[in-house]
Amino acid sequence: MTIERTDIEKLAELARIELNEATIAETTQSIADVLALVDQLQAADTEGVEPMAHPTDAVQRLRADEVTETNHREAFQAIAPATEAGLYLVPKVID
Amino acid sequence: MEWETVIGLEVHAQLATKSKIFSGSSTAFGSEPNTQASALDLAMPGTLPVPNEQAYRYAIMFGLAIDADIAKTSVFERKNYFYPDLPKAYQTTQLEKPIVGAGHVEIELADGTKKSIRIHHAHLEEDAGKSLHEDFHGMSGIDLNRAGTPLVEIVSEPDIRNAEEAVAFAKKLHSIVTSLGICDGEMSQGSMRFDVNISVRRPGEEFGTRTETKNLNSFRFMEDCIALEVERQIDLIEDGGKVVQETRLYNGDTKQARSMRSKEEANDYRYFPCPDLLPVVLDNDYIESIRQTLPELPDARHDRFMEQYGLSSYDANILSGDANMAQFFETAAKASGDTKLTANWIMGELSARLNAEDQSIKHSPVNAEQLAGMITRLVDGTISSKMAKQVFEAMWNGDGNADEIIEAKGLKQVSDSGAIEAMVDEVIANSDKQVDNYRNADESKRPKMLGYFVGQIMKASKGQANPQQVNEILLKKLNDLI
Amino acid sequence: MTHSIKDNPITDKKAMHQKTIADIIAGLNAGEFTSVEITQHYLNRIKQLDGTYNSFITVNEESALAQAEAADKRRAEGDAPALCGVPIAHKDIFCTNGVRTSCGSKMLDNFVPPYDATVVENFANAGAVVLGKTNMDEFAMGSSNETSFYGPVKNPWDTNTVPGGSSGGSAAAVAAHLTPGATATDTGGSIRQPAALCGITGLKPTYGRVSRWGMIAFASSLDQGGPMARTAEDCALLLNVMASFDPKDSTSIDREVPDYTANLNQPLDGLKVGIPKEYFEEGLNPGTEQAVHDALAELEKQGATLVSISLPHTKLAVPAYYVIAPAEASANLSRFDGVRYGHRCEDPKDLRDMYMRTRAEGFGDEVKRRILVGAYCLSAGYYDAYYRKAQQVRRLIKQDFVDAFEQVDVIMGPTSPSPAFEFGAKGDDPVAMYLEDIYTIATNLAGLPGMSVPCGLVDDKPVGLQIIGNYFDESRMLNVAHQFQQVTDWHQQAPTGIDVEGAE
Repeated sequence: MTIERTDIEKLAELARIELNEATIAETTQSIADVLALVDQLQAADTEGVEPMAHPTDAVQRLRADEVTETNHREAFQAIAPATEAGLYLVPKVID
Repeated sequence: MEWETVIGLEVHAQLATKSKIFSGSSTAFGSEPNTQASALDLAMPGTLPVPNEQAYRYAIMFGLAIDADIAKTSVFERKNYFYPDLPKAYQTTQLEKPIVGAGHVEIELADGTKKSIRIHHAHLEEDAGKSLHEDFHGMSGIDLNRAGTPLVEIVSEPDIRNAEEAVAFAKKLHSIVTSLGICDGEMSQGSMRFDVNISVRRPGEEFGTRTETKNLNSFRFMEDCIALEVERQIDLIEDGGKVVQETRLYNGDTKQARSMRSKEEANDYRYFPCPDLLPVVLDNDYIESIRQTLPELPDARHDRFMEQYGLSSYDANILSGDANMAQFFETAAKASGDTKLTANWIMGELSARLNAEDQSIKHSPVNAEQLAGMITRLVDGTISSKMAKQVFEAMWNGDGNADEIIEAKGLKQVSDSGAIEAMVDEVIANSDKQVDNYRNADESKRPKMLGYFVGQIMKASKGQANPQQVNEILLKKLNDLI
Repeated sequence: MTHSIKDNPITDKKAMHQKTIADIIAGLNAGEFTSVEITQHYLNRIKQLDGTYNSFITVNEESALAQAEAADKRRAEGDAPALCGVPIAHKDIFCTNGVRTSCGSKMLDNFVPPYDATVVENFANAGAVVLGKTNMDEFAMGSSNETSFYGPVKNPWDTNTVPGGSSGGSAAAVAAHLTPGATATDTGGSIRQPAALCGITGLKPTYGRVSRWGMIAFASSLDQGGPMARTAEDCALLLNVMASFDPKDSTSIDREVPDYTANLNQPLDGLKVGIPKEYFEEGLNPGTEQAVHDALAELEKQGATLVSISLPHTKLAVPAYYVIAPAEASANLSRFDGVRYGHRCEDPKDLRDMYMRTRAEGFGDEVKRRILVGAYCLSAGYYDAYYRKAQQVRRLIKQDFVDAFEQVDVIMGPTSPSPAFEFGAKGDDPVAMYLEDIYTIATNLAGLPGMSVPCGLVDDKPVGLQIIGNYFDESRMLNVAHQFQQVTDWHQQAPTGIDVEGAE
């Protein structure tokens, strides 16, 4: 699988990470190297093998529907970059 | 040439759990911003989700109500996109293995036609927070109280062919979830939101390109928005243009819609199974135990209303559709003892007032007991229909119950036959000319001539004489004179 | 930087940092010294030596002494829980209420959590004293500790070499006797590889044994916390406290925590040790190979039987890991968006600009690389070829182990292909760095427990023996390691330069 600068730009947009123009070629190359490594997977015979998302066969526990949390807004917002009137502030959201 | 509209709905219903789907925060509506956002809801590092069993039970109840398969194994996945109201920058939702599989919902149209709308699946997911667009020095404010509220998203097949069907379907879903008690159905609070996928085609052709209008929260908006979008698409195609696959926003106040983003700008959501959560595995016994708890569903209630209360199918439909409406009706009918009159008042005056003020019956200023109290006085002749309207108005304005209002306003109608007889006698005695005319008139014309006498008697009684008694006594006395 | 041990009137206190956790508990119980004394001793050592090693990001001098004082009081009142007054350090990936938790990243340089990780809570309940938070690769992504925002950690055995990673700070701090024990995490080898490179003992438990609540996620289905100390016995004492069932972590396993010290003294007669041939193929340093063989011979002497086995999908572990771990990380690290906590760029011109610059500035190169790789493997059109395929291979790898454990009790081999390497040696080549974890990654994919114990020195650099156990078989692994440490002294070797004068 070859990967090009435009692919990296697309990924960076999806991941919301601004790329550095000076190192973009280097970034592209190193990601290409990693993908070459993971491409070794393609040789594996996985016909009929069920994908495995978790290391154990455990199943999910469910919790009772109870309100256990209390208001800690002050503590939480003390570490926030910008708040006002109890709200987190961000640059204007345009739908 | 004719066009056919093809519509599919995606419906988000907030589940009426006490706590959120993955945290122990309250889901109560209307609290101070961010006071119901825990470390997990804020996506603080290291926090982990644990699913709420009640959200599962509710989703399963919905599945059983629409005759769907319940998945023995369901899996939460992550849907990745950045948005300030989505703190983890992924939504935990279900894709490959949703809890509820294919099912169907029956709808009935105004002309009595019935139609089955297929449900593709329904899945559990978490709601996002809210971006408040008031201006904070050019910034937006984010409230995450709603983030993590459990939702069931119900996805229909594109089986709907017009706005009427769409609204009937939406109302039926509203009826099902409120009857089950799994959603409060408060549309104005966003408890139920509708995304409408619309396309048009020539009958018999392939589906056309569809647009999706998101987050409609009233049946009226849905109806208006569908009409507008269908017209837009047809005009576009007839003018030689092409419909672009896009997401649209409809503004119910201005009755206008606009494009939000096209498919080219659409996100690549990179779904994958959430590694913080394990598969939920349910057995038959568990599912059957939930089936045992299902309350009466709208279709069964409709049939019971026809049988038990002698209602027409149309009336039964209106009164049984909404769970709160049905409860209101049954409470009022039982208390008043007059089913027909109760039904008429609910479907007439009460519904009109609620609609006019965009209010749900759950929050009706006149409750079922009050309405029944008024109807009881109507039935026992204490008040006339005309007076009843005054009483209703006063109850609506919070002046108390019917008896208090009747007392306070002196609205009691005179049903003392002696008193009415005296008034009739007096009017007849003072109306020689009219009595003569009556006596000489052709029998077929006489009923029309009664109006004068009734008017005079009601005037004499200051409107409080029981009209039925007035009629009876007057007729008897005039006929005696013939 | 070297120091020699000179005559000193406070020899007893100098010996303090040579004590194991078991020794410390015994000494505190016997009243030989107080928790305040030993805590102060370690704080002094950190002050004097850590300028060289950079193994701590944050030192909690004040709170550590307060905790020590409280512990001494509890002990005096006859209420001494398991680790009452024992100093430890937490990897800076575990959230600590009121104490900055950076995860080695600029992104969280200003992040002071308003809550404790379950692991931190467990240690607090056990009366442990927290000296500080240890350095690590940024978001636990690295095998050399070179990716930390707070600068690299130096290997106390040779400060020109790396300590391994990502728990390099915890490993170096234990090796330099700046703490008798530390918490760490292991996603692909991050406990075992630095333990090997720093000559200490480290254990990654079975997935689900230690709560992940409050432990900042790298790859949720692989991450597992575990202890680091000088001896297997100390690891057992730490694991007794660290392991718990946690209802707040959906992947935590509801299973009783045994006393991990109970079986340490079992003889090894009849123990069947699987030796996977794939762990002794090309790429393995000959010195490392020899040390591992010598260790295995020692175990044979104690009655263990060596069984040659095969784990046929070993070569696919690194490729599968570098799909699964970055994929999970790409989503786990999306929450760092500058909205609710952590770094936010200056004067964002709009919402997109805030996201793009906040994340470009807050994350280092390796983290960015893994996020991009992860996004790629999950993106439309590539999911099946990469993510799904890697998940299928993951099952094959697990099955290799399940089959092997039908025949053997434990599996052994090298922890790492070679001893510590010099800074910058693999800096430009992520793939070479990724191959550092070639022997450790498979156990994370399978969710199995693994540990590393010191088993030799090559060019004066430590070598680790890896012990892989069956699910929840930590007791047996600790037993084997402890028995090995009864007849060897590799774990008692210490780097030169860690003894200083005047540590009052």
